Amino acid sequence: MASIVGKKSGLTWAVHLSVAFLVAIWLFPTVGLLVSSFRSADQIASSGWWSALSTQERQVPPVRVSGDETEQGGSFVIAGSLFDGASTTVTAWGTSSREPEAYEPGQSVDMGDGQTLTVSENGDFTLSGPESFEGARLPRIFTTASTPPDFTLDNYRNVLFSSTAAAGVGQSFINTLTVAIPATIIPILIAAFAAYALAWMEFPGRALLIAAVVGLLVVPLQLALIPVLQLHNDIGIGKGYLGVWLAHTGFGLPLAIYLLRNYMVGLPKDIIENAKVDGATDFQIFIKIILPLSFPALASFAIFQFLWTWNDLLVALVFLGTDDQTLVLTARLVNLLGSRGGQWEILAASAFVSIAVPLVVFFAMQRYLVRGLLAGSVK
Amino acid sequence: MNPAVQGILTIVLGVGGCIAYFFFSNQLLDKVIFPPRGPNAGRNINRANLVRPWLFLFPAIFALSIYLAYPVVATLWLSVTDRDAGGAFVGGANYSQMLAEPKFWEALRNNFLWLLVVPGLSTAFGLLAAQLTDRIAWGSIAKSMIFMPMAISFVGASVIWKLIYDTRPAGQDQIGVLNAIWVWFGGEPQTWLTLIPWNNFLLMIVLVWIQTGFAMVILSAALRGIPEETIEAAVLDGANPFQIFFKIKVPQIMGTIVVVWTTITLVVLKVFDIVLAMTNGQWNTQVLANYMYDKLFRSFDWGVGSASAMVIMLLVLPILIWNVHNARKEMR
Repeated sequence: MASIVGKKSGLTWAVHLSVAFLVAIWLFPTVGLLVSSFRSADQIASSGWWSALSTQERQVPPVRVSGDETEQGGSFVIAGSLFDGASTTVTAWGTSSREPEAYEPGQSVDMGDGQTLTVSENGDFTLSGPESFEGARLPRIFTTASTPPDFTLDNYRNVLFSSTAAAGVGQSFINTLTVAIPATIIPILIAAFAAYALAWMEFPGRALLIAAVVGLLVVPLQLALIPVLQLHNDIGIGKGYLGVWLAHTGFGLPLAIYLLRNYMVGLPKDIIENAKVDGATDFQIFIKIILPLSFPALASFAIFQFLWTWNDLLVALVFLGTDDQTLVLTARLVNLLGSRGGQWEILAASAFVSIAVPLVVFFAMQRYLVRGLLAGSVK
Repeated sequence: MNPAVQGILTIVLGVGGCIAYFFFSNQLLDKVIFPPRGPNAGRNINRANLVRPWLFLFPAIFALSIYLAYPVVATLWLSVTDRDAGGAFVGGANYSQMLAEPKFWEALRNNFLWLLVVPGLSTAFGLLAAQLTDRIAWGSIAKSMIFMPMAISFVGASVIWKLIYDTRPAGQDQIGVLNAIWVWFGGEPQTWLTLIPWNNFLLMIVLVWIQTGFAMVILSAALRGIPEETIEAAVLDGANPFQIFFKIKVPQIMGTIVVVWTTITLVVLKVFDIVLAMTNGQWNTQVLANYMYDKLFRSFDWGVGSASAMVIMLLVLPILIWNVHNARKEMR
């Protein structure tokens, strides 16, 4: 196959280029948000993230001259700097909104009444005049400045640790973790025992049970919301972590049983029969032989369930509630989209806080994830 | 109690409880109820082995019944009763109320649009990506990148795409890529998410972006499973790469394509987070799952909410039957 493709080098190039194009398109959205999350609010609001990597020239909001005046040789002088950052360079400036680019940096401009104003390239300005500026209306300075690429961690600091801006993202992170970990671990054991019974034990009704599991695999969990919530309220669990853990356990079981059973059926029959001949009970066989051998399938399911519970919105909204203290990351993000729809610095950083963990899990355990997908879908 | 401590405690109790349950119930069965000793040893062993599967299965069956099987029946019951009237039976009243609402028809129509567009596009892109990446050296890296959105939550993906669809007033620099391109070609900036009917498709793109990786992974495995001889024979017969792909490869993986298609269809039927996060069903973008959530938890109308949940169930039913049918066929 390879040699045939090799002969058609034009086609090979086309393949390389198309794949590069596909990958670029698929990465582009995520990279956009990632880059944005490291930019300051002003930068995000005033230019596209794709220009973040190059020096940009843009109009800066006007600054009114202010500062203490000093008397120097008979004239009064106010000096100061327009920018906090040292890296900004003024390319043009002006004193009225009609002509914001009238003057060049370093130029001295006559403001009337003997006053002169100078703005230098690094943003330092000097306003001088023969009389005191006390009580006078000071001019505004419009500048067009070029700023080199500038990235900051402030957004992350802000959403995670600040008590003001987007309070609660840090708390939500902990909430999500609290939901996801037990909800991943608890179903595994229950499912493993059931899967063993369905794979290796003979009993009437086995085929029917397997069919039922396959059927339940696709039952929309939307149907369970109200009945289960009612049930939780009736038996006193109410809304809370326990309810979410139980719900995720129930909803995750069909896939867990299905994946594990399919894997266990494929384990070599000899080992199990030999163990039986040697007098091992089913319980011993399960604990000592099946469970260790099934590790890949267990890992596959664990990753699935973790990604699913971490990323879930609906189950958390319904069974954990919309209380600010218990909001999970996804629910927090939906709230932020509503309340701070325009503040991309907060949204981007918050979104990446929620995306980071699944991405790490994904890249670290991709092999198991793929294996699980293949086992779970291809019949 | 601190939720984290509660969580750890629950893990310990849950896992410990499971192990304890399985261990002690087996012990009880083997040592006390049917001991393999005495005059009935043989019969006891057989009896114990008859009971044991159910010991293994009990926790799973219990949880499945409560969390998935019972709710189907309970929701059906809720959909024909009226909560405000103390749960009295009202027959089809909830359904006829739902059918009279334009918002329901909008949701149903949009769901069908999603069903037409998303599984098809995802499978097509997935197949394309699988076929292309299988032939190059850095294919596995490329696959990882296309697969990556699978790990991102629907809500996270909505934030990512909302930035793409962002709008600034005309004259300012556009920070959303779509508008930047649009303006560059000389258009006026659009508020894309309110642009009926195109906003629906813009929401669908988000799901296509997520699901393509899934389709690619499954189809790529299927492509690799095709016997080499069939392709070699086609090459010898002078088939060009396109003919090989469409006439030799695709027919051989048709079964897998159907599985991928139906799996994504199931995801589409339940799509909720994306619509909630991006438009909340405004501007003609409502879908069934979000309509149901609206009814259940915003207007607290359990009857109509349950009725719409049953509609989702009804749409899933053919796939459910098909899957069960296939599973049973395989068992034999």
